[in-house]
Amino acid sequence: MDLNDTPEQSAFRREVRAFLAAQLPPALSHKVQHRLRLGKEDTVLWQRILHQRGWGAPGWPKAFGGTGWSAIEQHIFEEEAADAGAPRQLDFGLRMVAPVIMAFGNKAQQERFLPRILSGEDWWCQGYSEPGAGSDLASLRTRAERKGQHYVVNGQKAWTTLGQHADWIFCLVRTSTEGRPQEGISFLLIDMKSKGITVRPTIMLDGEHEVNETYFDDVEVPVENLVGEENRGWTYAKFLLGHERTGLANVGQWKRLLKRLETVARRETASNGRPLIEDARFRDKVAQVKVELLALEVTLLRVLSAEAKDAKKGLGPVASVLKIKGTEIGQAIFELTMQASGHDALAYLPEALEPGYSGPRVGGEHAAAAAGDYFNMRKLSIFGGSNEIQRNIISQMLLGL
Amino acid sequence: MDFSYTEEQQALQDSLRRFLAKEYDFEKRRQISRSAAGYSKEHWRTLAEMGVLGLGIPEAHGGMNGSPVDTMLVMESFGRALVLEPYLPTVVLCGGLVRDAGTEAQQAALLPAIAMGELLMAFAHYEQGSRYALEHVATTAKREGNGYVLNGAKSLVLSGLQAGKLLVSARTAGGARDRAGVSLFLVDREAPGVSAQGYVTQDGGRAAEVKLADVRVGADALLGLEGGALPVIERAVDLAIAALCAEAVGAMDALLETTREYLKTRKQFGTPIGRFQVLQHRMADMLIAIEQARSMAMVAAVKVQSEDAAERRRMVSSAKALVGQSARYVGQQAVQLHGGMGVTDELAAAHLFKRLTVINATFGDADHHLAQVSDSLLVA
Ligand SMILES: Cc1cc2nc3c(=O)[nH]c(=O)nc-3n(C[C@H](O)[C@H](O)[C@H](O)COP(=O)(O)OP(=O)(O)OC[C@H]3O[C@@H](n4cnc5c(N)ncnc54)[C@H](O)[C@@H]3O)c2cc1C
Ligand SMILES: Cc1cc2nc3c(=O)[nH]c(=O)nc-3n(C[C@H](O)[C@H](O)[C@H](O)COP(=O)(O)OP(=O)(O)OC[C@H]3O[C@@H](n4cnc5c(N)ncnc54)[C@H](O)[C@@H]3O)c2cc1C
Repeated sequence: MDLNDTPEQSAFRREVRAFLAAQLPPALSHKVQHRLRLGKEDTVLWQRILHQRGWGAPGWPKAFGGTGWSAIEQHIFEEEAADAGAPRQLDFGLRMVAPVIMAFGNKAQQERFLPRILSGEDWWCQGYSEPGAGSDLASLRTRAERKGQHYVVNGQKAWTTLGQHADWIFCLVRTSTEGRPQEGISFLLIDMKSKGITVRPTIMLDGEHEVNETYFDDVEVPVENLVGEENRGWTYAKFLLGHERTGLANVGQWKRLLKRLETVARRETASNGRPLIEDARFRDKVAQVKVELLALEVTLLRVLSAEAKDAKKGLGPVASVLKIKGTEIGQAIFELTMQASGHDALAYLPEALEPGYSGPRVGGEHAAAAAGDYFNMRKLSIFGGSNEIQRNIISQMLLGL
Repeated sequence: MDFSYTEEQQALQDSLRRFLAKEYDFEKRRQISRSAAGYSKEHWRTLAEMGVLGLGIPEAHGGMNGSPVDTMLVMESFGRALVLEPYLPTVVLCGGLVRDAGTEAQQAALLPAIAMGELLMAFAHYEQGSRYALEHVATTAKREGNGYVLNGAKSLVLSGLQAGKLLVSARTAGGARDRAGVSLFLVDREAPGVSAQGYVTQDGGRAAEVKLADVRVGADALLGLEGGALPVIERAVDLAIAALCAEAVGAMDALLETTREYLKTRKQFGTPIGRFQVLQHRMADMLIAIEQARSMAMVAAVKVQSEDAAERRRMVSSAKALVGQSARYVGQQAVQLHGGMGVTDELAAAHLFKRLTVINATFGDADHHLAQVSDSLLVA
């Protein structure tokens, strides 16, 4: 047993660091470090830079233009990129639809879609949930009827994250009402520019536009955009959810944000006039999160190492452990950052989240995003399968209850 | 021991609830929050007519001579409806300070105007870097001729832009964190040298950063004893905390109710989600947290009247600590139980959650007040 990098891993880490130092634009990492608002152009810019280096898809095999990195190497890359303040790559294309297309799509689909994900040309969003189908995803009702060489799609998807920027949406649609609900679902790739698609913003509780409702009104989708077989979409969707949940462990990002919290606690003054970090009551809470995060990191590495030994098995229900812990730790970090900001966090100054803002502030720079982040990040325990659903999975699949 | 309300108190609560049910539904509240003023002048007038604005004001000055228990009933109703009108700064804080520390002339000039809804006031006390320390006052007031010259900057002044008059704390002696040497001054919002930068708060309310640059006031602007304002301020803030505890209880009641409705109507897996035991138990824990908070809001309302300042502060801190913890738990869980809908701007649940978060951080969060209680254990 050895928890340190092997010599190869340390060399890899140095290579990643050198690349980040040379290639990550300072203006971009400034935005990330200071939690300023990120736009589509920021994500796309970073994807292009990575792509130029051949690192556009850390999780893909070489055959599809990926890096071919092992799970541990991917983790090292993510950790270093997060630490340097690189924006997160967009999961929807890279980590969600791409693995499905690789595993279940045909050659034409692979050639058509994967390169454009890699280069950042196509922005993807996820069309699973519906107003009536959240935790109970299999009850989804958006219909796709085959008419000649097209499917005609009607219905409504909810919560499409960043759908306002999207070129494509991968959707679960109902192609049959026979048998169990899971049995009549298909996986369709839909061009967001198609006639009959309307995207309407759903404003989040922090006032930001991040999710949308996406309506389909007689949208014609060529049959070649069906992934795999008709009525087998549920299998593909479940495969994808495993990928989504490991992403939610988010260890690299949490490590950076925990460091930031420590900096904030050093800068802030407690009510007795001393630095807040000297307040043991507060410091213990930060220390607790630090201990939990270390444990999660090692748990993640254990899971990834086991997966590397038996790649075919996939992650399975243990992904739920990572999702629950990762999201709880993230929420704790944001809550403590707000608490550290004291009542300075109470001012709602959304303009202060734009780069170059020089208007009035209440408290330190970190205070501007503190409450909004706390509010917004309540989503972590709700999406990607709520933490209640994850606990159901653990008790059924891992405990046999 | 008596936990019952008088007939007058019952009547006040009933009429207030009726008014709010009719005039203050979630959509109307949203409109008020988005308006330039951030509160409804019409509602303010109605509250004056109902006697609510004069509740804590002596009868001699046009009020009802009510107690903190009356204030508790009002604030609880306000909490349910997420009322935005500036009752806390104008009536509870400034009305309380003028009543408790003002001269007869100051009372006669200000209290009837507050009771009649003609005057908004703001308490300009906190400064950047003070966190929750009430003794931290770096703003200065220097004697000059017959009056004083004020210089400094105040932060998070609730309704600081809308108010006609400000009560400003400033140092007439001592260093920035000394208990002695703090004085209170009555300052016109529009007086030369006063500037306010207003903004919306996380709960849709209003506050401002207020700057004072060579602001000249007369000797009659001094409220209470020169250099002896801190104990008066502490008492006023305790009254405000008691009021906030009651408001939080009202907001938690509303949140539990709306979540209960949601669990009974939202269906997943072919059944109302309220059938899932894990959610039932969560709701049971929320109910328990609220009952504990309700008890502590009562403790605060009664003990804030204590003549013994140490006991008063200990009890009020006990209440604010527990109410803050309950508010956090109930708020977070209510959002969680709403699923995705809980993190949108669309439902009252998220707004109640945000208001509860703001209440927790107003005049000291749960940890700050727990520390006060904890430190009091050292004094045997
Ligand atoms: C910010 C955000 C972004 C999102 N992005 C996307 C996206 O891009 N694409 C997409 O398809 N979807 C997206 N989602 C949707 C997300 O996956 C759903 O919100 C989630 O699955 C929960 O569904 P729901 O909101 O309908 O809640 P519900 O399913 O109605 O759940 C309500 C409450 O009931 C609980 N519950 C439900 N069933 C059970 C049970 N059996 N046992 C115990 N408790 C239960 C839940 O845990 C929750 O607390 C997003 C959601 C959010 C909030
Ligand atoms: C010290 C002691 C003194 C006692 N004295 C008395 C006495 O004087 N008179 C008397 O009549 N009895 C007495 N009891 C018995 C006591 O009432 C039972 O132990 C109790 O009702 C639990 O029953 P059980 O032990 O069979 O556990 P079980 O009922 O088997 O419960 C096991 C676990 O399952 C949980 N559980 C069970 N049903 C549900 C459900 N529907 N939903 C969720 N969780 C559930 C329980 O909470 C528990 O955690 C005593 C027990 C103890 C330990």
